[in-house]
Amino acid sequence: MAHVNFSVNGKQFSAELDPAMPLLWALRDVLNLTGTKFGCGMGLCGACTVHLDGEAVRSCQTAVGSVGNKKVTTIEGLSPDRSHPVQRAWIAEQVPQCGYCQPGQIMQAAALLHQNPHPTIEQINQAMTGNICRCATYQRIRRAIQRAAGENA
Amino acid sequence: MVRPAGIGRRDFLMGGAGTTGALVLGFYLPLRGRAQGSSLGAPLRVFKPNAWLRITADNQITVLVEKPELGQGSRTYTPMMIAEELEADWSTIRVEQAPTIPAVYKGLRTGGSGGVVNTFNAMRRAGAQAREMFLAAAAQQWNAKKRDCRAQNGAILHGPTNRRLSYGELVDAASKLPPIDPDDLALKQPRDFRFIGNSIPRTDAPGKVDGTASFGIDVRVPGMLFGVIARCPYFGGALESFDSTAAKAVRGVHAVFAVPPLPRHINTAGGVAVVADSTWAATEGRKALALKWDKRRHAGESTDSLRKLIVERAAGQPTFIAIDHGDATEALAGSAKKMEACYESPFQAHATMEPMNTTVHVRNNEIEVWSPTQFADEVQAEIAALSGLPPDKVTVHMTLSGGSFGRRYQWDYAAEAWQVAREIKEPVQLVWTREDDIQHDFYRPYNYQRLSAGFDERGNLNSWSTRIVTTPISASNLYTGTTESPETLRDPATVAALEWYGADIAPYVIPNFRLDYAPADSVAPRSWWRSVSSSYTPFAKECFIDELAHACGRDPLEFRLDLLSDKSAEAARLRTVLELAAKHAGWGKPLPKGRGQGIACRAGESCSAQVAEVSVEDNGTVRVHRVVSAVDCGIAVNPDGVRAMTEGAINFALTAVLSGEITLKDGAVEQSNFHDYQVLRIDQAPEIEVHIVPSTGDPGGVGELGAMLVPPAVASAVFAATGVRVRRLPIDPQLLKRSKS
Repeated sequence: MAHVNFSVNGKQFSAELDPAMPLLWALRDVLNLTGTKFGCGMGLCGACTVHLDGEAVRSCQTAVGSVGNKKVTTIEGLSPDRSHPVQRAWIAEQVPQCGYCQPGQIMQAAALLHQNPHPTIEQINQAMTGNICRCATYQRIRRAIQRAAGENA
Repeated sequence: MVRPAGIGRRDFLMGGAGTTGALVLGFYLPLRGRAQGSSLGAPLRVFKPNAWLRITADNQITVLVEKPELGQGSRTYTPMMIAEELEADWSTIRVEQAPTIPAVYKGLRTGGSGGVVNTFNAMRRAGAQAREMFLAAAAQQWNAKKRDCRAQNGAILHGPTNRRLSYGELVDAASKLPPIDPDDLALKQPRDFRFIGNSIPRTDAPGKVDGTASFGIDVRVPGMLFGVIARCPYFGGALESFDSTAAKAVRGVHAVFAVPPLPRHINTAGGVAVVADSTWAATEGRKALALKWDKRRHAGESTDSLRKLIVERAAGQPTFIAIDHGDATEALAGSAKKMEACYESPFQAHATMEPMNTTVHVRNNEIEVWSPTQFADEVQAEIAALSGLPPDKVTVHMTLSGGSFGRRYQWDYAAEAWQVAREIKEPVQLVWTREDDIQHDFYRPYNYQRLSAGFDERGNLNSWSTRIVTTPISASNLYTGTTESPETLRDPATVAALEWYGADIAPYVIPNFRLDYAPADSVAPRSWWRSVSSSYTPFAKECFIDELAHACGRDPLEFRLDLLSDKSAEAARLRTVLELAAKHAGWGKPLPKGRGQGIACRAGESCSAQVAEVSVEDNGTVRVHRVVSAVDCGIAVNPDGVRAMTEGAINFALTAVLSGEITLKDGAVEQSNFHDYQVLRIDQAPEIEVHIVPSTGDPGGVGELGAMLVPPAVASAVFAATGVRVRRLPIDPQLLKRSKS
């Protein structure tokens, strides 16, 4: 156990935790931030994707003790009111079915567009291939990312 | 559509579809946990015309949706159907999951693509009933004739005097009226629909893009703990002994104890539970367990041994003949030209993105359950039976489900959660890891089909015979030893729905046709998996049609259209979807080098045809570039919902075609996570076009439809591209690599 300090969605958080605990479970079971999902526990599905200083990472593969001064952003912190261009595009294209993987998809897509505001279809496929959607809303995910990119004029 | 055995259409009907007493008039729904106050703090008056509607004086309409929301859109199509007849203002509608009270709500489950089909009339009647009561209330208030009043956009209007009362203003007056029998009401004609037939955005989409949508695994109850179970990996095996010393030493672990496999029809493996203050501590505790398993009698089974048995059964005697027109055996023997082929597809896992979980709080003489289930009434009944409490002491909250595809029609995980929670004072959330999910699923049956067909001297296809062998769903409980033996499976309805539905040759006209069946037992639990037997029967039937067409030098589309010369309505619908899909796919037109197209179709309440376009890379990998689907599902209640379901179902089936396979070794599943059970990813997802045939007919299901034709359309497209026949799924790249070199 150790004293762990980090910033989530702009708020400082501190607790006595095993530093080896994956960030995923600290978010979900300690902070009750359940928007970040458990899918595989092996970094294979992307459901647990969050941002560390704006970069997409798998929170199931990120020890809470390794976060340090990096700022954690979860789906709850992406925008206060669903106004992020990716969230708006996701609704416009009616992407979600069951919706379970979508927080991870959206966080991955937001990070992609931050780095590359106008990705090609191949670049979208490449960036999103680590995120599984079993309802398989992939065609709409591609369209939504293109739509959000279109706003990056 | 395909329906699980023992659950016929009648059972799926909403209480209310066409029978009086179906709508529980004036039923009082407790507003547990919900503030009833207005902004001023005074209680809001509520009109409850039936169990599905609550309308308050501030013009809020709450629709209680009894069907589970698994991603298929029940929280959108249900309010659409109600709003249609209620003439509601869509912006005033909000949605809640109905409480699990089976005496009131008969549809707390969904399956067989039946959500819209089985609620279409009842939900419209629920809306019509409320509308008529508002009309009566307004007429009374104005002392006007009811026929001079009309409902429009959340209000009643009086034409002659141009007066208007909103539904909110009529709540008090309507509440005082005697209920109106919904069965006496005429429903709107399709030409007057304002909601049905329009692509209304999903009501659950906003919460699904901002992280607020709450799934079973997101349930948080004060003081709750988290549990996992180390299950016996060998099907039919048992716990021999365990040492929990190291597990109990893991920080955060509260309790470690054995849980037995459950009897009856639940099919749980049993094992050792670890309960802790976080999911992670529980899984760390589980890793620290020392476990000894007794493999028992099933340990010898492997995919190879099962396959050997299945091939034997395909050549041996059937347990029964399902369909027998003319004399296929005789006609085949006397045919001028005969063809035969065998098709095979293995076990598949559901692999829902949200792993199985359920939260249970066992208190004195009552139990509270939060479960992502597609069968809430059975979860309640099972936990009541296990605990000995009356069902009304078992409160079941049906949460959103993160996918299901048939998996959550089983209630094993909810029963397990009760087993764990009854040992613990606090509420406990039982969580399955992905490994638990892949290794303890109820799999799509292994299946093998042997087909023979014969042509007469003039080249007419005059005989066809299909032998189906499956590891039957109907006999998949290992732990009780009391289920029906596969050898005794004879009930035609059960076996039809679960094992061979979709293999009937109709509406193709072939004078001599025989379909028979033989089971092969396996240790692996089986159940319904999106489209059930139609996930494999069209693969064999439609691929074989493609083989026959090529053997005659005919175009596969033309060959089908000739076989559909029958005057039946079903044949006509099938011709329409075939021609529609072919037109949009550019069937018969030149393709880029290396590409091939395949076509397939299926008849039923919903008809469909699909054209797949593929190419094969040098290493044998199949690339599916495009799938064009034509769908005749009767009236499309929410066309964008139909498109979304079809797109998803096509992609879902591609997993089974391209990569998915569950194999057994030593009576246990060899795969464990997404690295070895590989599901479709975005870079493999084709372009998909969905073309809906305009219709005002009764709605048919679409949740499974799109999945059925992908295997034959892709396999036939691979043949068109390479000349190699694919008769086993998933496609083996080695088979195609050889053809490339």
